Amino acid sequence: MKQADFVSLVMPFKDKVFRLAKRLLVSREEAEDATQEILLKLWKNNKKIGDYKNVEAFSMTMTKNFCLDRLKSKQASNLKIVHSNYTDNNSSLQHQVEAKDSVDWVSKIMEDLPEQQKIIVQLRDIEEYDYEEIAKMLDMNETAIRVNLSRARKTIREKLTNTHQHGIK
Amino acid sequence: MVLNNIEKLIEKYHNAETSLHEEAQLKSYFNGDNVAPHLEHYKPMFQYFSLSQKEQYTKDVPLNTKKTKLYQWISVAAVAVLMIGLVVPSFMGPTEQEKREALLVYNQTMEALSIISLGMNEGKQQFNNLALVGDNIEEGVQQASKLGEFSTMTNKILKNK
Repeated sequence: MKQADFVSLVMPFKDKVFRLAKRLLVSREEAEDATQEILLKLWKNNKKIGDYKNVEAFSMTMTKNFCLDRLKSKQASNLKIVHSNYTDNNSSLQHQVEAKDSVDWVSKIMEDLPEQQKIIVQLRDIEEYDYEEIAKMLDMNETAIRVNLSRARKTIREKLTNTHQHGIK
Repeated sequence: MVLNNIEKLIEKYHNAETSLHEEAQLKSYFNGDNVAPHLEHYKPMFQYFSLSQKEQYTKDVPLNTKKTKLYQWISVAAVAVLMIGLVVPSFMGPTEQEKREALLVYNQTMEALSIISLGMNEGKQQFNNLALVGDNIEEGVQQASKLGEFSTMTNKILKNK
């Protein structure tokens, strides 16, 4: 496979890989590094790439595993660089400014979701994959995905409703 | 009617029972301007989803693994070319033209040498003659000594008389 072929193969879903990585790793730089890593891994295996039935689904699975590994190693070594940007909740002025940006608020709500739910919401609501594809990517059955997705959506709704009705607590 | 429908869809949505098509409907409704006030708080969620979709990966991916390999081999190729340049001419040997010239020179040299050896042989013969002369002289000396002996003998005889 030539470089041009590879690029045209990877082009359509590299943004999806990046967004999933960013969803999980939060920081943009981390996500960029992860995406690069994954694309390079794919490129290294470019001879085998023809054997994969669905390169996109394969890459998404790879991304998921890679990011979860990354998170695990970070937590193990107590290096929580990723989340440290968002812990300054005590400044009330900043809080208010942030609250106005309610779209941003959603992303913060999503950060608090469990990893599994984050991935599912990302794949379903943002990347708009159907359940069958998600099931393949995550190696789960569709029912479990629906349950997780429903939980995640309800959590988001609950927190959004709270924010909307009572302001930010 | 539309509102009713949207409310139903939202409920289905939260139970994760909506199809992609229905979700697209929801998204377009909440990204529109006329959202019902009591549904207002869902707006940021769907806006966020639509917004996140547009995020792009802008960094370049360095796929030049093959190129660097090529650069590594360039030095090897250069050395190989140099070696070939040095070795091949000596292996290729002389051309036909050169061979003929070499043969000619060889023949000429052999001719010259044979002339020299002829001269040498002649010299050797003359040398032989010289040796013959030397032999004769030696013989002469011997005969002369015989003559001397003969003269002593005659002296003796003369004394006895």
